[in-house]
Amino acid sequence: MRRDIRRSGVFTRRALLMMGGQVALLGGLAARLYQVQVVDGTRYATLAEENRVSTRLIAPPRGRMLDRFGIVVAGNRLNWRALLVAEQTSDTTTTLDNFSRIVPLADYERARIERELHRHRSFIPTVVREFLSWEEMAAIEVSAPDLPGILVDVGTSRIYPFGDQLAHVAGYVAPPTEADVADDPALALPGIRVGRTGLEKQHDLDLRGSAGAVQLEVNALGRVIRELDRQEGVAGEDVGLTIDVALQQTVLGRLGDECASCVVLDCRNGEVLAMGTNPSFDPALFNAGVAQAQWTEWAQDKRTPLLNRAAAGVYAPGSTFKMAVAMAGLESGIVSPGDTVHCPGYFDLGNARFHCWRQGGHGTLDLRGGLKNSCDVYFYETARRVGIDRIAAMAHRFGLGTELAIDLPGARSGFIPTREWRISQGHAWNAGDTVVSGIGQGYIQVTPLQLATYAARVATGREVQPHLTRKLGGVLQSGSQAADWPSLNLSDRSLHVVREGMWAVVNEPGGTAPSAKLTDQRWQMAGKTGSSQVRRVSREQREGGHFDSSKLPWEFRPHALFVAYAPYDDPHYALSVVVEHGNAGAAAAAPIARDIMTAALQRDPAGRDALPGAQVAEREATR
Amino acid sequence: MREGRIWRDTSLGIGAKVWQVNWLYVVLLCALAGVGYAALYSAAGGAAEPYASRHVLRFATGLVLMIGIALVDIRFIARLAWPSYCVALVLLVLVMRYGIVGKGAQRWIELGGLQIQPSELMKITLVLALASWFHRASWERIGNPLFLIPPLVAVLVPVGLIVKEPNLGTAVITATLGAAMFFAAGVRWWKFLLVALPVPFAAQIVYGHLHDYQRARIDTFLQPESDPLGAGYNIIQSKIALGSGGMWGKGFLQGTQGHLDFLPERQTDFIFTMIGEEFGFVGCVAVMALLGLIVLGGMAIALRCRHQFGRLVAFGIASNFFLYVFANIAMVMGVIPVGGVPLPLLSHGGSAMITAMIGFGLLMSVYVHRDVEFSEVRDAG
Repeated sequence: MRRDIRRSGVFTRRALLMMGGQVALLGGLAARLYQVQVVDGTRYATLAEENRVSTRLIAPPRGRMLDRFGIVVAGNRLNWRALLVAEQTSDTTTTLDNFSRIVPLADYERARIERELHRHRSFIPTVVREFLSWEEMAAIEVSAPDLPGILVDVGTSRIYPFGDQLAHVAGYVAPPTEADVADDPALALPGIRVGRTGLEKQHDLDLRGSAGAVQLEVNALGRVIRELDRQEGVAGEDVGLTIDVALQQTVLGRLGDECASCVVLDCRNGEVLAMGTNPSFDPALFNAGVAQAQWTEWAQDKRTPLLNRAAAGVYAPGSTFKMAVAMAGLESGIVSPGDTVHCPGYFDLGNARFHCWRQGGHGTLDLRGGLKNSCDVYFYETARRVGIDRIAAMAHRFGLGTELAIDLPGARSGFIPTREWRISQGHAWNAGDTVVSGIGQGYIQVTPLQLATYAARVATGREVQPHLTRKLGGVLQSGSQAADWPSLNLSDRSLHVVREGMWAVVNEPGGTAPSAKLTDQRWQMAGKTGSSQVRRVSREQREGGHFDSSKLPWEFRPHALFVAYAPYDDPHYALSVVVEHGNAGAAAAAPIARDIMTAALQRDPAGRDALPGAQVAEREATR
Repeated sequence: MREGRIWRDTSLGIGAKVWQVNWLYVVLLCALAGVGYAALYSAAGGAAEPYASRHVLRFATGLVLMIGIALVDIRFIARLAWPSYCVALVLLVLVMRYGIVGKGAQRWIELGGLQIQPSELMKITLVLALASWFHRASWERIGNPLFLIPPLVAVLVPVGLIVKEPNLGTAVITATLGAAMFFAAGVRWWKFLLVALPVPFAAQIVYGHLHDYQRARIDTFLQPESDPLGAGYNIIQSKIALGSGGMWGKGFLQGTQGHLDFLPERQTDFIFTMIGEEFGFVGCVAVMALLGLIVLGGMAIALRCRHQFGRLVAFGIASNFFLYVFANIAMVMGVIPVGGVPLPLLSHGGSAMITAMIGFGLLMSVYVHRDVEFSEVRDAG
């Protein structure tokens, strides 16, 4: 029993010690509880409120793009799409596996989905597949039990009713990248698209609108209990283009299968009525993400369908440059209209001999005759007298080799060489460089858009800037009036001589482009041909006597160019046509220019600003 | 008393025994179960179904079971100590092989329609077995290290099995419970140090063998904000719910976090959070006081008992209860890692309720038989 007394004594001591310890531990928990509930209570109460209220963004519909008559060139179409909400499935991989048994998903699609699932918070739906057919949608709905987390809903996707015809102007949209989402969380919403090129990119923010927000009381699963507050989003604004879709279609039809481009401007105000580029691509392909194979195909295509030739293709202007050389000479007073040059078919500068395009020569010509016959020797001599810097300055005034203020991303500025530039490159500027610049060869590079602008500026004497946006949110943008553009401060006398030369090119017997003469007697067109060599013609070829550039391999043939404006006595339209490797401007480009100009004039003026309703209905019916 | 059917204890009649039951303690238990009913009523969004009604039914069953056990002679229970321990151990092995893994890898086994978590049963039978062992131990023998080896094995074998289950929380509680029993039996302080010293190294080895989700628990415990929607979610949400309760709480059925499902497992592991959100700091302290009274009441029964077996059993049951309470409340406040430990008599769950009530039945048997003659016969020689 004594043993037990000792044992029970130890037990009692230790049990009391334990009890003390237990009370102390519970007291410690109570103290901690006091910290959490009373001291930090307010902070946690705020967190609880945030927990309860979830702000959801509502995707606004993207604004449309309309041509100048209100025909939709980029719109939205409802489409069935399958979304995956990560938090509503225990295993997204299994769900996606089951899904791809119904609607096969390519590897790149799977990769994209996995990426977005990882990026999004678990209650934000991720787009699994858009543009579901009715059959696919039905199959998904039937298999719903095997597809936890998948929901089918209706979203909008971008459509381009004119497909590849306006792809380079309207541009395209694509799903936002991770960097985009980091800048603007609203872009994480399913179905949101970002403008990547063209006017979709230029006006992306206006077209996108702003996301609305709904404050929802939600439970932890994200299930909505009730709506607390709603702020409607602002739908994207419609963008009105200066483009006339009917004219655009005429242009593309006329360009045919050539690698070619054509820009038609209203030369009074710079509105771009048509900007055709061939070949092109289907902008709708970008909507859902482009397959690797398609990219490879585009990248390897020598005809570069993704290049907007009209604004980003650069070419030597060839003889179309001669008006700028002439104007530089006239305005500087170095050349007068009556100055004559004798053309024996070649021009000697030191040891170097420069040839005229006509082997026998043109004989003696004045400025008007030089333009009319496109005599190279006349402009070799003129350029030599005027000097490259004056020529460059005049070209810049006409918009050549400068950055035009066009509202089209990716437009290039081209290049006009100057003496200073050449010296900064560590070379000397040779007289020969000036001479070839006189016929628009050498270092000179311009875009078709610049050529059309150049023609418009020659026609009007005003510094018109080409632009594609006519209305934004229904409001007419500035620049739609001729008076919006300042004068170039060129003398009417000089301009008159040059314009007359251009008139003679088309309308006078012996001009270089009789094929451009308008068949409709009501109007007359002024124009200028150009052929720009892509490869130097060797002396042997030329002196062999039977040189014919049309027999060269296609990619070595000269580019064919034509610039024009009409009507001659009251210019409304200016255009440029460039046919790559078309050989001769007069043969390949001038007839195209004639037909397009005829179409433009025939639609003017009543046809241009007020399209009869019947015609709209008819056109939409054919779509 | 040497031989014969000691369970027919003639010293007290059945009626007298019932009178001997500590009814004040029973009232405390009923009060706790009542709080549980209210909390579960709220957890179901203000409805008795599905949690609260079943909770009260289970408690009633448990209460009958408890009174029944309380009337069984403590000396008979002592004889069953080791056999029941062996049964629990066999069940623990069986559950490893044939058991059903539920949420959070708590393994349970189905026996005659009753879901049993052998690890819960194990703790009670471990208390009985250790109490029985040390009951026979003289003061001198307790000082003999060889004498301590069998009970040490008796603790470590089930702990090892529970770790493998895997149920880290229960394993730690079981090990701590075993240590407390050794301590109460009078094992010297320095011997604990001897066993405790290798623990940090063992912990490293155990960490290496842990499942990923268990490591994640420990990692997120150390840094809960690092993964707010993943493993740290529970702790953060629990703290938000508790904290937003403030001093006086949002009021019964007014908790937003629990009712909007932000609070995970609110009817089981996080029932205390539910109470904290609706009744605030004051409500929490009241519940903790009630829990504390039940623990201390159990300890008082142990101190009042005149035989070592009863003292150790009461001590073990009270300690086990305390460990549950502490682990659960510390867990929901983010003081220790989340371990899937329910709060006895408050959390929803049949198995936990029944095992808790069996424990209280044993405690009550100790109280009823506190003064019986219970010699250490086998220890005499």
